[in-house]
Amino acid sequence: MVELALPKNSQISEGRVWPKPAGATKLREYRVYRWNPDDGKNPRIDTYYIDVDDCGPMVLDGLLYIKNKIDPTLTLRRSCREGICGSCAMNIDGTNTLACTKGMDEVNGAVKVYPLPHMPVVKDLVPDLTNFYAQHRSIEPWLKTVSPTPAKEWRQSHEDRAKLDGLYECILCACCSTSCPSYWWNGDRYLGPAVLLQAYRWLIDSRDEATGERLDNLEDPFRLYRCHTIMNCAQACPKGLNPAKAIGEIKKMLVERRF
Amino acid sequence: MDMRTPLGKVRGLGSAKEGTEHFWRQRLTAVANLPLLIFFVFFVARYAGAPHAEIVAALSNPFVAVIMALVVTSALTHMRIGMQVIIEDYVHAEGAKIALLILNTFFAIAIGGLCLFAILKIAFAG
Repeated sequence: MVELALPKNSQISEGRVWPKPAGATKLREYRVYRWNPDDGKNPRIDTYYIDVDDCGPMVLDGLLYIKNKIDPTLTLRRSCREGICGSCAMNIDGTNTLACTKGMDEVNGAVKVYPLPHMPVVKDLVPDLTNFYAQHRSIEPWLKTVSPTPAKEWRQSHEDRAKLDGLYECILCACCSTSCPSYWWNGDRYLGPAVLLQAYRWLIDSRDEATGERLDNLEDPFRLYRCHTIMNCAQACPKGLNPAKAIGEIKKMLVERRF
Repeated sequence: MDMRTPLGKVRGLGSAKEGTEHFWRQRLTAVANLPLLIFFVFFVARYAGAPHAEIVAALSNPFVAVIMALVVTSALTHMRIGMQVIIEDYVHAEGAKIALLILNTFFAIAIGGLCLFAILKIAFAG
């Protein structure tokens, strides 16, 4: 059944309030989810205060301020700090987004930071995305052809290349999939918006010769049809993409090949 | 302990290679329900509180009887496959899920049988 309450070992309690940085004039409050797999305790919310004058403008800057200057045990993923790697996806102020492109000024009051929802947590803000990556692998996200490989390259017209716009930009940060209720309830069988957007990216690629097999593999009540057009995915995507539309296009292709 | 690989788990039993018929039928019945249910609502509003004999006479009209039979068929089909989606979404225990899917179908067919019998009885026997 669907889980309406958090399991006992996931219930969150109030954590530690860390001292304010000395000499700071402008402070910003951060409330951050903490969970350590090694101490056997339930997750808690720690409160930190950062010195805004000594810190960059983004939510990620604040988290790194905490890690560098207040509490080095805070665990999070980050890499490019400019919205291209997708590592720092987390739930900020109630919305899944990238900490590096979310400005602190976009958040009212305390900055509340949690890991991506409904994923197993490795530690603190780091979710376990093993299943998500395996799902991406399962749609075989590479060019599949049977024709003899051309001497130079697989050619594509400008119009066909334009069809990949709005799809190739996906950085697989998992903000959309982990914002989707269908993915929360059935993430073991439903592929989720990010992976289905990637699937469509290969379905619509004019160079690919495996469109039919790709559609066969998606045509499933759970893999594809758990999408009920809730649209949280399009709302969450930090890159402004629309996975729900891509899923709709896949459904249209499946209807189209019947008639 | 589950020692299958993540990809093995995701691939699972493979694609069922169905769902499009279900998807299509849900849209088809949705489109059909639009005019059918508008007719149904107008009919109910028009005859609400009317004497029994007048309603029986109206329902005996062949056009009305056929439309009412279509309302029942289309709406119950839509209801059944919609409920099926909800059960699949929320009930994960395999036994309970199958039992509920069976009950869902039985319920829709039982209601449909009763409604169609009533429509035919009124249309032919008054």
